[in-house]
Amino acid sequence: MALPVDNHQEDTIAAVATAMTEAGIGIIRISGPDAIAIGDLIFRDSRMRRRLSTYPANTIHFGYVIDPDLQNPCSAESVSRHDEIIDEVMVSVMKHPHSYTTEDTVEINSHGGVFLLNRILQVVLHHGARMAEPGEFTKRAFLGGRIDLARAEAVMDLISSRSEFARKISLGQLEGSVSDKVQKFRSSILYELAFLESALDDPENYDTTGYPQKLDAKLKQMIDEMNRMLTDSESGRILQEGIRTVIVGKPNAGKSSLLNLMSHSERAIVTDIAGTTRDTLEEQVRMGDLLLNLVDTAGIHETEEPVEKIGVDRAIKAADSADLLLFLIDSADELSEEDQRIAALVEDRVGEGRKAIVLLNKSDLSPQTTVQNIRTLFPKLVPIEMEMHSGKKREVLKSNNIPCVLFSMKDQTGWSELQQLIAEMFHAGELQSRNEVFLTNERQRENVRNAVQSLALVRGSIADGMSEEFFSIDLMNAYSELGKILGEQVDDDLVEEIFSKFCLGK
Amino acid sequence: MQDYTIQTDVCVIGAGHAGCEAALACARLGLDTTIFTMNVDSIAMMPCNPHIGGSSKGHLVREIDALGGEMGKNIDKTFIQSKMLNISKGPAVHSLRTQADKSAYSREMRSVLESQSHLHIRQAEVTDLGIQSKNNLRKIVSVKTFPGTEYTCKAVILCTGTYLNARCLVGETITETGPNGMQRSTWLSECLRKNGIALRRFKTGTPARMDGRSLDYSKMKIQLGDRRIIPFSYSTDPESIQIEQVPCWLTYTNDNTHKIIRDNINRSPIYSGIIKGTGPRYCPSIEDKVIKFPDHDRHQVFIEPEGKNTNEMYVDGMSSSMPDDVQQQMYRTVPGLEHCEIVKNAYAIEYDCINANILKPTLETRTITGLFCAGQFNGSSGYEEAAAQGLIAGINAAMEIKGEEPLVIERSEGYIGVLIDDLVNKDNREPYRMMTSRAEYRLLLRQDNADLRLRKYGYRVGLITKEQYDYVLWKQERIKEEIHRMKTTWIGGTEEVQRFLREHNSAPLNNGITLADLICRPELSYLCIAPIDHERPELPEAVTEQVEIEIRYEGYIARQEKQVAQFEKLEHRHIPENMDYDDVQSLRLEARQKLKEFRPNSIGQASRLSGVTPADISVLVVYLEKMRQTHHQSSVDIKSKS
Repeated sequence: MALPVDNHQEDTIAAVATAMTEAGIGIIRISGPDAIAIGDLIFRDSRMRRRLSTYPANTIHFGYVIDPDLQNPCSAESVSRHDEIIDEVMVSVMKHPHSYTTEDTVEINSHGGVFLLNRILQVVLHHGARMAEPGEFTKRAFLGGRIDLARAEAVMDLISSRSEFARKISLGQLEGSVSDKVQKFRSSILYELAFLESALDDPENYDTTGYPQKLDAKLKQMIDEMNRMLTDSESGRILQEGIRTVIVGKPNAGKSSLLNLMSHSERAIVTDIAGTTRDTLEEQVRMGDLLLNLVDTAGIHETEEPVEKIGVDRAIKAADSADLLLFLIDSADELSEEDQRIAALVEDRVGEGRKAIVLLNKSDLSPQTTVQNIRTLFPKLVPIEMEMHSGKKREVLKSNNIPCVLFSMKDQTGWSELQQLIAEMFHAGELQSRNEVFLTNERQRENVRNAVQSLALVRGSIADGMSEEFFSIDLMNAYSELGKILGEQVDDDLVEEIFSKFCLGK
Repeated sequence: MQDYTIQTDVCVIGAGHAGCEAALACARLGLDTTIFTMNVDSIAMMPCNPHIGGSSKGHLVREIDALGGEMGKNIDKTFIQSKMLNISKGPAVHSLRTQADKSAYSREMRSVLESQSHLHIRQAEVTDLGIQSKNNLRKIVSVKTFPGTEYTCKAVILCTGTYLNARCLVGETITETGPNGMQRSTWLSECLRKNGIALRRFKTGTPARMDGRSLDYSKMKIQLGDRRIIPFSYSTDPESIQIEQVPCWLTYTNDNTHKIIRDNINRSPIYSGIIKGTGPRYCPSIEDKVIKFPDHDRHQVFIEPEGKNTNEMYVDGMSSSMPDDVQQQMYRTVPGLEHCEIVKNAYAIEYDCINANILKPTLETRTITGLFCAGQFNGSSGYEEAAAQGLIAGINAAMEIKGEEPLVIERSEGYIGVLIDDLVNKDNREPYRMMTSRAEYRLLLRQDNADLRLRKYGYRVGLITKEQYDYVLWKQERIKEEIHRMKTTWIGGTEEVQRFLREHNSAPLNNGITLADLICRPELSYLCIAPIDHERPELPEAVTEQVEIEIRYEGYIARQEKQVAQFEKLEHRHIPENMDYDDVQSLRLEARQKLKEFRPNSIGQASRLSGVTPADISVLVVYLEKMRQTHHQSSVDIKSKS
């Protein structure tokens, strides 16, 4: 099936045009024939009460970005009580051909912050724009004659390198469980398609009586699951709320000291008596361009003391909801039964797709426990050396490996290593990449949303009593949308499936 | 013997379904045409199944007819049973399938060829091609037949079917023949290789033919044709073909059949490794069905007459290459076939063919001007697929000689477009068969509107008369008017209307409604609301059928039309023939290799190659724009200098 590839000057694209950081301001750019119409839908100039389209080109306006309630259309000039206000913004309007892309362009200057930019972009996409492909604004600028010929090579390089980068990030970032799920959806859709097509091709052999009802039930379930996947989609939350980081370890392994080191404050009570931290503490810290929500927990160990019992329960709970587990092991002490219990917990979580790092603490003292000892706890443990370059490190971090860092609170050995590791694990190694991580994420969500929409259309056709061949178009669309998430092309999948699953041949 | 030269315009090699259409098209377009066949008695022979049409193939026959080809007319004269498939489903997948009287079909086509002016039939094996080389450009100039006679010509169309270096296998027994015991062609393969055309080996197979007197039909289920027969050809008067039809019969294989096959599987040349060629998966032998689908406890077997004046019955669904003794045993396990007598054994056939990616979408080879290829030789399978290619190759050979614009049907315009586009762009590893699922715009490519889609092209090239074309224009106009009338005529809930709706179990009207909205109700139709549609004009069924379809499926049709508009934009962005992909440095290696191998002639075609990503396409678009602008600038420079 041919996929529309190049829609220059046909459709409207949008993307976040600034780096995705917690910077003071961020810009969302919309370009294409519907840019201004979309602006009209989502922007309210509260003071002037004028639509964006009524303003002259090259002007900038203050107002609100809203998620309009199209079921209850009110005034197009003001905010109604059904509309959700998202942010206070400045919006500029540029008209063809006097913009970067030479198309009608609207730029929304928001307060920045990953969460807000994400939310605004979603609204823009929801109201008719399509997510821009990597390098697409520049491509349009070139095709519009805005970029001079001499730079054509640079434009091509930009498109291909950005796409390649986005593809890698997107694949690397797909959690195993998500890609398994997407794959599962795809293969069930493909199977249904192949059955339908076989029945159309060989109607004397395959009967479709009662089939639409069965298909409808399957589709309903699939749509529900996909919607759940969208709600659950973690990536946006991690970026906007920070990485939920839980420090675990037996009592007195140095958890509170680590928390203090990371947050530069004396918030947690640090004493040498085991079991002083009786509750979980949370602290939000910035680390490079990542946001970490640090949680210190009471040491996980068997206790009968009631106060501490609650703390330990909470620690286990906190570990359950963590994006990242930092497991502190006291190298000055021998590995205890408690360490083993915590290790089991950590391994479980990693098995579920969370990240974990082992910190072999107090490496300044004469060690009783070494990396070799810890390896007996975790077969997948990978010691990280200081000089390991980041390419190699990324390799090492694949497939649920648990890196181990030698650490000392006193002289801060391993501190910078730890910071780098966390950045690597959450794909923030390069500042540039954060943008793509985010973009690919939003793009994936757009793909899932499109797939849901297509499946809903199939259900509509079933409800209307249409015959089977009308189901295929939308099933095929859903199939290829999901394929985009995995970076797969459709090609001859269907024909292959028909021949392998169904016996045709009159 | 001495060298002897004959002059002609076009040489068509092979007189099967592709060759016949190619030759007729060329001769009808006024070119002196010579068609070569190994045996004049095998013109338009149907060596395998006795059908013309079927799912998606019926569409091809209609399209061939719309363009001015012969297949539809010929089958309308010689069919013995006709059935519209998928009639319970939507119009896009309705497909006409007929049983042919094989020998009548072949005889009739031969007489059409014989009465065609400018067309010469020659029984001779073509052994060599004359190719002239000039400034790195190669051009076909002649063909040579076995006795040494040379035919000088301007174009050659290769339609060699399954005859090149063919061999037939029945178990361990191998005969070096073409299909149905015909003499094979042995010289041409070497000549093609010599000229740089790579050949590969495909295989296909056919079931046994039985003596009809030895079968017990009381154990089978009768399969009748449709009561009202619809013709394939737009020029056939439906009334003239309401003939008495011949029945087919349905029976099934069973455990015993499957056990015999499994016990003897090592004697099948495919499983023993004697056959090296690649066979089609959509037309599996009974051995393949049993081995690959072990959970199926039975398979359908259709018993179909080969013609009206013969006893021979075709055993559809049980093609095989087992040895004779196993065939005897296995067929006799099938109910109704217990005492069957085999007239002809089932066999597998292996033959040389090309990978069609060496062809342009016009079906001309990219490397040798004037050399066209069509049919099974291009790696397809099926009579209809062959005929469609033959027609297009014939038309394009004629267009080239006459210096006119070639004819390329796009994927959005016809199954013929899908067929040829798939053949020349995809990496096909087995004989290619048409399927409706291959046509992404199939809601638009219906068998009922082939004339509306393609007559204009038939008229443009000269195979359709002005009168025929004018009729299509007239029809188009009537359809438009009637749809407009249906959409703008409102009816209210008068007593007459409400009573009518009650009688048809349809909800009564609360408000006024257009006639168009009314016929969208599943329980109603254009035809049935006639009593309450007082101003309805008198229109032929061909018009009202379109009106109904276009109104009922409007939403879906509009969506497909939008997709087509997208598709055509990319399709119309041409890539120059001399494009140097090595100069486009940002292309990924894999994409570059694919593009160099297939040399697509449009951005759309490039985007369908496997291994070419959307980013590669964007890079190509930027590159082409750069070339265009550079070219533009330099021509401006030249102008300003002069």
